[in-house]
Amino acid sequence: MSGRPAVVQDAAIALIAVTAVAAVAVLGDNYVVRLATTLFLYASLALSWNLIGGYAGYPSFATAAFFGLGAYANGVLQAAGLPFAVAWIGVAGIAAVCGALLGFCILHLRGHYFAIASLVVGDVLREIVNSWTSLTGGGMGMNLPLIAFSADMQARFFMGGFFGLALAAFLVARLIDRRPLGFTLRCIEQNDTAAAMLGADTRFAKSAAFTIACIFAGAAGAIYASWVSYIDPTDVFDVLYSVKPIIMALLGGIGTVTGPVIGAVVFLGLEELFWRNFLETHEGVLGLLVVLLVLFLPDGIHRLLTIGRHRTWRAAAS
Amino acid sequence: MTPILELRNLSRHFGGVNALDGVTLSVGENEVVGLIGPNGAGKTTLVNVVTGVHAPSGGEVHFCGERIDGLRSDRIARRGIARTFQIVQPFPRLTVLDNVAAGILFSRRASSLSRARDLAAEYLAFTGLYEACNQVAATLTLAGRKRLELAKSLATDPKLLFLDEVNAGLNTAEIDAALELIGRIAARGITIVLIEHVMKVVRRACRRVIVLHQGKVLADGPTGSVLADRRVVDAYLGARAVPPAQVGAIA
Repeated sequence: MSGRPAVVQDAAIALIAVTAVAAVAVLGDNYVVRLATTLFLYASLALSWNLIGGYAGYPSFATAAFFGLGAYANGVLQAAGLPFAVAWIGVAGIAAVCGALLGFCILHLRGHYFAIASLVVGDVLREIVNSWTSLTGGGMGMNLPLIAFSADMQARFFMGGFFGLALAAFLVARLIDRRPLGFTLRCIEQNDTAAAMLGADTRFAKSAAFTIACIFAGAAGAIYASWVSYIDPTDVFDVLYSVKPIIMALLGGIGTVTGPVIGAVVFLGLEELFWRNFLETHEGVLGLLVVLLVLFLPDGIHRLLTIGRHRTWRAAAS
Repeated sequence: MTPILELRNLSRHFGGVNALDGVTLSVGENEVVGLIGPNGAGKTTLVNVVTGVHAPSGGEVHFCGERIDGLRSDRIARRGIARTFQIVQPFPRLTVLDNVAAGILFSRRASSLSRARDLAAEYLAFTGLYEACNQVAATLTLAGRKRLELAKSLATDPKLLFLDEVNAGLNTAEIDAALELIGRIAARGITIVLIEHVMKVVRRACRRVIVLHQGKVLADGPTGSVLADRRVVDAYLGARAVPPAQVGAIA
């Protein structure tokens, strides 16, 4: 790790990223813009999941639940007359409260039990949305107000929105990684009981990680709803929104800051590649590839990139 | 001697099993007390209830004059009770140094990891693990991992330390080293409750021994007389076919 202060590094990362996104916005065609938008959406979700699933080792399947919650909360708030920017911020608040409450209820469960409990949340919310027709439109779905730009401008606006979210998620993850909270989460992942027995407030640490993860998932759902301007329960509560971030984090390297970003890039690349070349069977081929990667590269691509560094570190240690 | 730990009529049931059944005992400050008993006597349950892993089914736990039963284990730990686990519980993929730093950080003796690492050095030196500080915990030998349990627990700066079979599975030379270490921990003014099956260790480390049997205190007193007590021998080896009247006479 270099000796430069973290602030300078963060500023440099942000500057490079902003420049790249601006270049895409100006020079890219709508296909490239759409691809970039999806990339930032994926990266936000993967970074979000990694906080609770990677660092703390709690395999959450609640991402889709909060993605859908964010989408519908945005729809309902805007239907009540709030401007989209205010609605998005409101959604982040709602997601935080719901995340904290849900965390309180299910974070004492471990392993498979936690995974199943978190998985059920999305189904429950989808059923509520389906039945509460007066508020959500039920199975008919819900229209959201378009933001008054040209189509090209709109595409670039939402790319920017998701980029901002992904960047925020990345910087928050980086901050947590360097703070005692990140260390505590790693200890919880490796040995929950031992961490508590040494005095770690494991409940607080897990709740904090889960709540922050829910905020990003909810905000992603809100921006998504405004982007596509029409949402229905089967779309936004799709279990794939829970599964894909996990695959991305596994691909890139769980419990690392850059892993989920690498994973999002690779996953999107593969998805595009197989979508084009195996129109009939692309999901099967993609699934197979994921199985192979997880079997033969369990620590993710991040590990390959840093293996040289690990070797030197080991040599220095012995 | 002022008691640092007092258990009053402490019980813990698991379904129909009374793992602890009305245990009353006290441990004085700076004592090194042995806690023995056959397998299933309730020794580990006692530690689990005192350290907040299990809530008691009945009774009270007082530590330094305050009631602590029912508190969460991290709160109890921060009040100054530490323990080692019978089955060692390291953070397997952290270095030995970071394992100990975790104890310092979590007990809030340092607010940053780098400061906690600085402070950890002392405990690594104390337990003889300094050479291994950059090693990943999972690669330590069993004796090394037992020492790491100790180093982690000591790093929380406890007033009272439960050592749950720290010598199980060690060879004679390793036991001698562990005994010497226990002596040095006691010399720091830390009260120790030693759960142990190796009687040689109990005899050498503890002046007082408490015997648990079927969740109850069977005997409590000076090591020599307790270990010679017929009831204690029977509890360990199985009672002989002695008529009840005669058992009463022996007791």
